[in-house]
Amino acid sequence: MLNHNTLDEILNKYPAKEKRNRKKHILIKNITQENQEIEANTRTIPGIISSRGCAFAGCKGVVLGPLKDVVNIVHGPIGCGYYAWLTRRNKGVSKAPMKNFLPYCVSTDMQESDIVFGGEKKLARTIDEVVQIFQPQAITISATCPVGLIGDDIQAVARSAREKYGINVTAYSCEGYKGVSQSAGHHIANNGLTEHVIGAGDMEEAPQKYTVNILGEYNIGGDGWVIKKMLEELGYHIQAVMTGDGSFEELSNAHVAELNLVQCHRSINYIASMLEVKYGTPWLKINFIGIRSTVEALRSLALYFGERELIERTEDYITRELARIEPQLLPYRRICAGKTAFCYVGGSRGHHYQGLYEELGIETILAGYVFAHRDDYEGRQVIPNIKSDSDSKNIPDLHVAPDENRFRLKLSPERAAELKDKIALSTYAGMIQDMKDGSVIVDDLNHFETEELIRILKPDIFSSGIKDKYVVQKMGIPSKQLHNYDYSGPYAGFEGALNFARDVAMSFASPTWNYIEPPWAHRPLLEGTLVKGDMENA
Amino acid sequence: MLDSTPREIIARTGAVINPAKTCQPIGAMYAALGIHRCLPHSHGSQGCCAYHRSHLTRHFREPVMASTSSFTEGASVFGGSANLKTAIKNVFTLYNPDVIAVHTTCLSETIGDDIPSIIKSAAIPPGKMVIHANTPSYQGSHVTGFSNMTKGMVNYLAEASLENKREQVNILPGFLNPGDMREIKRLTALMGVPFIMFPDTSGSLDSPMSGQFNMFPKGGARVEAIRDSGNSSLTLALGEYAASDPAYQLERKCLVPAVVLRTPIGIQATDALIMALRQHFVAEVPDEIEEERGQLVDIMTDLHYHFHGKKVAIFGDPDIVASLTEMVLSLGMKPVHLLTGTPNTSLGGAQGNFEATVTAMLEDAGLAGRVKAGGDLFELHQWIKNEPVDLLIGNTYGKYIARAEDIPLVRVGFPILDRGVHSYLPVVGYRGALRLMEMIDNALQDRVDRDARDEDLELIM
Repeated sequence: MLNHNTLDEILNKYPAKEKRNRKKHILIKNITQENQEIEANTRTIPGIISSRGCAFAGCKGVVLGPLKDVVNIVHGPIGCGYYAWLTRRNKGVSKAPMKNFLPYCVSTDMQESDIVFGGEKKLARTIDEVVQIFQPQAITISATCPVGLIGDDIQAVARSAREKYGINVTAYSCEGYKGVSQSAGHHIANNGLTEHVIGAGDMEEAPQKYTVNILGEYNIGGDGWVIKKMLEELGYHIQAVMTGDGSFEELSNAHVAELNLVQCHRSINYIASMLEVKYGTPWLKINFIGIRSTVEALRSLALYFGERELIERTEDYITRELARIEPQLLPYRRICAGKTAFCYVGGSRGHHYQGLYEELGIETILAGYVFAHRDDYEGRQVIPNIKSDSDSKNIPDLHVAPDENRFRLKLSPERAAELKDKIALSTYAGMIQDMKDGSVIVDDLNHFETEELIRILKPDIFSSGIKDKYVVQKMGIPSKQLHNYDYSGPYAGFEGALNFARDVAMSFASPTWNYIEPPWAHRPLLEGTLVKGDMENA
Repeated sequence: MLDSTPREIIARTGAVINPAKTCQPIGAMYAALGIHRCLPHSHGSQGCCAYHRSHLTRHFREPVMASTSSFTEGASVFGGSANLKTAIKNVFTLYNPDVIAVHTTCLSETIGDDIPSIIKSAAIPPGKMVIHANTPSYQGSHVTGFSNMTKGMVNYLAEASLENKREQVNILPGFLNPGDMREIKRLTALMGVPFIMFPDTSGSLDSPMSGQFNMFPKGGARVEAIRDSGNSSLTLALGEYAASDPAYQLERKCLVPAVVLRTPIGIQATDALIMALRQHFVAEVPDEIEEERGQLVDIMTDLHYHFHGKKVAIFGDPDIVASLTEMVLSLGMKPVHLLTGTPNTSLGGAQGNFEATVTAMLEDAGLAGRVKAGGDLFELHQWIKNEPVDLLIGNTYGKYIARAEDIPLVRVGFPILDRGVHSYLPVVGYRGALRLMEMIDNALQDRVDRDARDEDLELIM
């Protein structure tokens, strides 16, 4: 266990100013203390090796990138487009005639002359070529750092392309320096999609009963497909997934849904809130990672619609699935039981995976997020108390109003009030409330703290991303990537829990860890037997 | 797969689609990891550093440590000087490297941060160093960035401190894997020539599993060695794009004569390396090397009928593609599409002429083919649709084309993200050529086996 003295010893190694800063980002859970506060979504300290990325990564990489029938143009030098190309495992499949542009990376590849003389013309030429070659229905343009600095007006270029081609062209000013992490980019993408894409379609009514959207599900390793299959089996209709395996076509009609399910709160809560204001659609925070969470999600969803037949069908389904899954989990549980984990991921998974770990008998002794805000730790009730700073002020809040024609209250205020006591309707309670007494919560866990905290807490498994993976494995501790699942998955739903159990158990059971120490390490080079008389002669 | 790629090629002046290059800073970061106890530092938004670390980690499956200035909007407006100075202080306090190697990004280049003057005013502990290279992402490619950081090592470190040059060779290996750098060092040692290799990522990005994490592993060129490179009697730059510019800089600065050779992939380029060492240092080629070469030629002649006349497309970094072209020609293959994403010539570093070099190779062999620098994989795919090939050689991104056109892919170059081990084993030298031959042979013969009717499946091939 980490106590405040040990924590102070770690922090004392920082220069004084950095110590003051980092201290506020680290918390030891104390159940006797209400409303424990943590600092989050503030600047990364230069020179302190962090896992955070930039606004561009959050906007193009996370939110826009998975839209499969959209050509995402990256306006900038080649690197940003290149790194955000096929690196995130957001799977997608298109049925003809819908196209699938996921394997394509389109960049304006700005050169020195574009930086000096401006890149708008090259961007316009790029759009012309994209239209000629791919004939997409929608194009996005994502800005990289130099674009804002040289003053390219990408919004104007997008506007004139919309007029020229009559297709949906949107621009996102997600320069990498905006905000303090990927999070700024999520917000920028959320704004653009709400303003220009959602509602662009001409559907007026939900096509069938129980129509929902799934927000903040990126179909990593096929998670979204598992969720979709499960919900469809129960009789729901998925209008749009934001944005894993998502399409412009579905997204443009997302306004018709009766409910928005929110998987990743951090990256998509802005859309969820705005759609509630604009179209009267409530949102429900669910988590399809872990068995109990999945059960709870399915129950909450059924309760929202409230029809007895649906509730019964859901219960039958849960009973059937648990009976199928539980016995299969046993051998993995035997391997995992009693182990401890660090769970440091993104802006939601640091919370989402704790339940699944627990179901395998693994205790999460440290958790944190790379780019979350205080509400992801402490719950949404803190939002009014979060002080905005110069960095967060740079990301405009989009103020939406009820849509004159399409706003429709999906829930009566009485029914909403009744449901709010039972399900996470338009709210999120955050990570801290789920954590055990004495466990550690770290925001923007950096390399230095990772090394120190591993030394003290000695977890059996470390779950984070690719940049830490081999650092931790060099210490002889298995590392499970929870951004890309080490190219495995899906991990969502009941089926996914099994896959996760198999993979985590494998990382403990692998014989490869047994060879770290060479056989000569603890055996003397010269060996002999003591012959009688030797002592006397010596 | 890649269903939206049409066969018909239209000229593009805007879009790059499916690039065959990335930006300078990642090359600079990789090069800096080839200095012992050095922490690369990315002066820009933190996203650059995160992307580069992730990408290098995926290729090498090793920790890739680097720090960043974490620019915010404020820093972008007022300049990144304060961020860099804070970073330098924090890096030395927390991680204690001997050297910080700063590279710039498109952000810090666009706002015009003057790195040398920031470094001068930073608090640097005694005995520690901060070096830098300008690596604007809007010039050249990742290869240019590698070259520029190598040049930064020359600028900051190399000194001609002796009156007479020493009988030792500087080897600038270019953008190669640690396994390749090891092999070049092995051959040079066998030749009995004292050498200084920089950058040298062997032992740094192929470090062994010990149960302990070392932020600064054993490998990497020592600062003293790089300093002493100014006293060498010869610099061999292996690869005109990745290594010639720093070699010429060393020639200018310390009067060490520079000879630019091809990356030693294949028999001819390896012969050229051995001959350069032999003639300059009057060093006899040992039996061991002659035996390795003889084994290679033995296999080349034994298996020539597996290779001869097979059409191949090759893409990747310019130095690597040039040498691979030469190698497949030596096997009697027909390289018909040769493409690099790195521009033929560019401002700010990496001097070369890929198109002329490779076209001349084809002409010497009496062949014609499509050769392009500054190209992209979308166009390469279109070429293949118009003139199919038997084999594709390139990095992992080639697998999408290989699947779309149902052609075998041999993975060579950077990055390889979907297979392991590649960074440990060489493709350079006679041994490396043998390995490459095995890879190509397996790919071609596996395809013959796969496509054979039952009655045509051969036990012996």
